[in-house]
Amino acid sequence: MSGCAQEGCDDDASVDGPAGGTRDSAGPRQTIVAFPNGPLLVRGDFDIVDPDGNQLRRSRKTVALCRCGASTLKPYCDGSHKMINFRTEPEN
Amino acid sequence: MKQPQPRGPVSSLLLDILTGPEQSSSDVPAPAAALAGAVRDALAATSDFAFDEDLQLTLFCLFELHYSGIDGASGHWEWNPDLIAARRLLEHAYEAQLHSAVTLPELPAPTSAGVAAGLFELTGADGGPSMSKYVAKQATEEQIREFLIQKSIYTLKEADPHTWAIPRLTGRAKAAMVEIQADEYGGGAPDRMHSALFAQSMRGVGLDDGYGHYVDDVPAITLASSNLMSMFGLNRRLRGAIVGHLASYEMTSSLANRMYARGFRRLGYNDAVAAYFDEHVEADAVHEQIAGRDLAGGLVEAEPELLADVFFGAAAAVVVDTWMTAHILDAWNADASSLYSAAAVSA
Repeated sequence: MSGCAQEGCDDDASVDGPAGGTRDSAGPRQTIVAFPNGPLLVRGDFDIVDPDGNQLRRSRKTVALCRCGASTLKPYCDGSHKMINFRTEPEN
Repeated sequence: MKQPQPRGPVSSLLLDILTGPEQSSSDVPAPAAALAGAVRDALAATSDFAFDEDLQLTLFCLFELHYSGIDGASGHWEWNPDLIAARRLLEHAYEAQLHSAVTLPELPAPTSAGVAAGLFELTGADGGPSMSKYVAKQATEEQIREFLIQKSIYTLKEADPHTWAIPRLTGRAKAAMVEIQADEYGGGAPDRMHSALFAQSMRGVGLDDGYGHYVDDVPAITLASSNLMSMFGLNRRLRGAIVGHLASYEMTSSLANRMYARGFRRLGYNDAVAAYFDEHVEADAVHEQIAGRDLAGGLVEAEPELLADVFFGAAAAVVVDTWMTAHILDAWNADASSLYSAAAVSA
């Protein structure tokens, strides 16, 4: 669906976002969301490549990257952080 | 969907009604007017609604009018007031049973972080016997086919009941629901739709992948599991519950599907058969995060009065699927079939 129904809308127009970074009209081009006790969710326009620049297998737009080290699908998350009780926040 | 075989007086009456003409303005009272009365009588007599073969099939058929329809039934029946009246009676009975069966945890603060953490805790608790461990380690060839038959009732329309919720959500919760559902529907590639991957698994083990093909072969509790999400999805007032239900499904999926994939490979099936399960390991590790924070958390932040409904929906999903798992594993542990009719497995 087009996000450009309004008169004068320009898909390439960039505006300053709240943090002063460059944003297009739909928000930041990429975001990495750090989920407590879980993976890093990467959303937007990006490539996942190996050290030689070759594209890695990717079967969805938004991906979850393992950060507990226990995934059997690295670099992607497979939910294993729950099995190992992975914690990103200091215990109170 | 093909017409199912009736399982008692109420489903028999409904199927007779559906194959007749839909006349709301005739002088002759339509047979449909008798349906609500028959439902009332049956509800007064049933001891366990979730396991009642006749009533669960009746409710399943009433919901099916909103999905694929039923062969031979006019499309006008979908919004026939007599049928809707009967459906409401069944839904209220089901909701009442669930409210007495479900124990809600202590509710968290109505924030996105609180809701996500609370849902992960609720769905991470030990739910009793594990279907995924059984399938991974010991299911026989025949049992793994039964497993797919049981699962096919919902999975051949995977994601559809939750999609009903989209117009009832706004903002962050709506965007999250659409992001998850777009992935469920293959991100634009029909052969990557989860329902299509599941159909491929069915064909791979020699089963018929036609929508509704095995409805006559599954017990009431399997229909009840599907009816649960249709009820939550089709009633706007239950939008909190359908969101909680989806979060619950996503949060209990990745690890279980890894086990299911292992079970199919143990029995010698190839990657095409296991693809559905492999896909869910990775997809639902993404979805569970979005579902907890942005979908359920976003909904509660926008409509804090829905907090308890979200947790009710999540807990009801766990309870009904625990009943279904217990039914299937009890049968298998007794060397029996878990199906309503054993004919399909040897077909």
